[in-house]
Amino acid sequence: MKAGSNLEKMLSAGHFAVTGELGPPQGNNAEEVRHKAGFLKGIVESVNITDNQTAVVRMASWAACKILIDEGLEPNYQMVCRDRNRLALMADILGATALGIKNVLCLSGDHQRFGSHPESKNVYDLDSVQLLAAFKKMRDEKKFLNDKDLDGSPEIFIGAASNPFADPFEFRVTRLAKKIAAGADFVQTQCIYNMDKFRLFMKQAVDRGLHEKCYILAGVTPMKSVGMAKYMAKFVPGMDVPESVVKRLQSVDKKQQAAEGIKMAIEQIEEFKQMDGVAGVHVMAIEWEHRAKEIIEGAGLLPRPVVD
Amino acid sequence: MIVGDSKPLEEILSMIEGRDKVLVLGCRGCVTVCNVGGEKEVGILASALRISRKKAGLPPTVEEMTLERQCDPEYVEELADVAEKYDAIVSIACGVGPQFVAERFRDVAVFPGINTTFIGGALEHGVWAERCQSCGNCLVHNFGGLCPIARCSKSLMNGPCGGSASGNCEISPEVPCVWDQIVQKMSAMGRLQELEQVWPNKNWLTARDGGPRKRVREDLKQ
Ligand code: SF4
Ligand code: SF4
Repeated sequence: MKAGSNLEKMLSAGHFAVTGELGPPQGNNAEEVRHKAGFLKGIVESVNITDNQTAVVRMASWAACKILIDEGLEPNYQMVCRDRNRLALMADILGATALGIKNVLCLSGDHQRFGSHPESKNVYDLDSVQLLAAFKKMRDEKKFLNDKDLDGSPEIFIGAASNPFADPFEFRVTRLAKKIAAGADFVQTQCIYNMDKFRLFMKQAVDRGLHEKCYILAGVTPMKSVGMAKYMAKFVPGMDVPESVVKRLQSVDKKQQAAEGIKMAIEQIEEFKQMDGVAGVHVMAIEWEHRAKEIIEGAGLLPRPVVD
Repeated sequence: MIVGDSKPLEEILSMIEGRDKVLVLGCRGCVTVCNVGGEKEVGILASALRISRKKAGLPPTVEEMTLERQCDPEYVEELADVAEKYDAIVSIACGVGPQFVAERFRDVAVFPGINTTFIGGALEHGVWAERCQSCGNCLVHNFGGLCPIARCSKSLMNGPCGGSASGNCEISPEVPCVWDQIVQKMSAMGRLQELEQVWPNKNWLTARDGGPRKRVREDLKQ
């Protein structure tokens, strides 16, 4: 065991794991975090807490993680390289593990240009791959990046993100392999809509044996409406929403679109359960936390197994 | 070369408001090549200032001068006899020019007439693009000769990020993703394998992060 988190235990026991996601508020309202967390309690192994997601300032991820721990949930602390240099990144992981955070997700972070403070300076002292390596070094060698010993041991289950749908496609599996080589214990993918492309991506990953070196969780975000599908297709960088997805949502009455979106997510999860190399799903029901249960239950994944 | 952009005329007019005798000072270096601060542009800016100030009923005295280089004390010295007679010197060299003039002439007010934008080159006539951030430790040979520090919006050394789409960067469809180009180029050269390694953390000490930089060449010093 690297960190002995619930997520790590579930994956290493061979269970099909489920993670959720929660975006902290644009303010310091702890109650809102607790409220959203309530919907996810008991239905996922752990919950990703986003870090200034889409470059919009929000309650610090580590703080929202602590609120979750206090509520009896397990957080995955997301960290982006955009907002802090290597000193702050290392300091934060020491603080986070001291607070009982056991999972981290290392990301480059969206560029701030479309965020709430586009005029800000960006940092990118390290990139996401280098951040994975930094945390692995701190955990396994108990050393800072400068090779000096650190006091204690930041035991942390290290995660990375992978977007199978960004370009150039032929380099995507290689980049995943780099993240694993750098230190990723688990990987969560970008939300998947183009199943054909994802199958191809997984096949390449399995051919390289990556699924044996790291747990790969497939990303699922239910579509709430035709509007959301069209928006994602057009405006979200690195998102691949095939026309067939939009068509299927259009084929039902407007009032039924949300239910149809959930149905589609369930069908996807059913396929992921069978797919070679997929160790679990990452359900990102963004600002829709209260519908996550329907999806997870619908996919036959409740109750969650208990491991210790 | 160093590439710059003219400041809007209004901005220059308001900077020199209340100053009677003005000198527009050009440079025959980079800014001449990128058509923003050479003798020709000195003439254009000076006459635009004259016309505007005349219209506004202000003293239209605007004189012109262009130095070989403003980043070299030897040439800045050419101003020695004249600098003091101006109430404002508008330098249209890169950011180095106004500073060298200001440092040499204690009592003269110097104003920047251009915005210094980047180190780059001309893609075609009238189009320039950034190529280098002067990080102080060049490593482009590892990336097919293309710079991920200056040209990737996130300076990723292990790109491309998840926002790369159809050859463009996540920040804009107008901005090429250099990491897409790096992958294509390394692939075409049969060297894609080299990108499989995890590039270690960069030492930014040689970059601006290490503080203002200075270089001393003992062999050239007198
Ligand atoms: S690696 Fe550094 S020196 Fe080389 S082109 Fe890029 S920014 Fe300039
Ligand atoms: S899309 Fe390409 S250029 Fe833009 S930040 Fe990502 S890797 Fe860098």
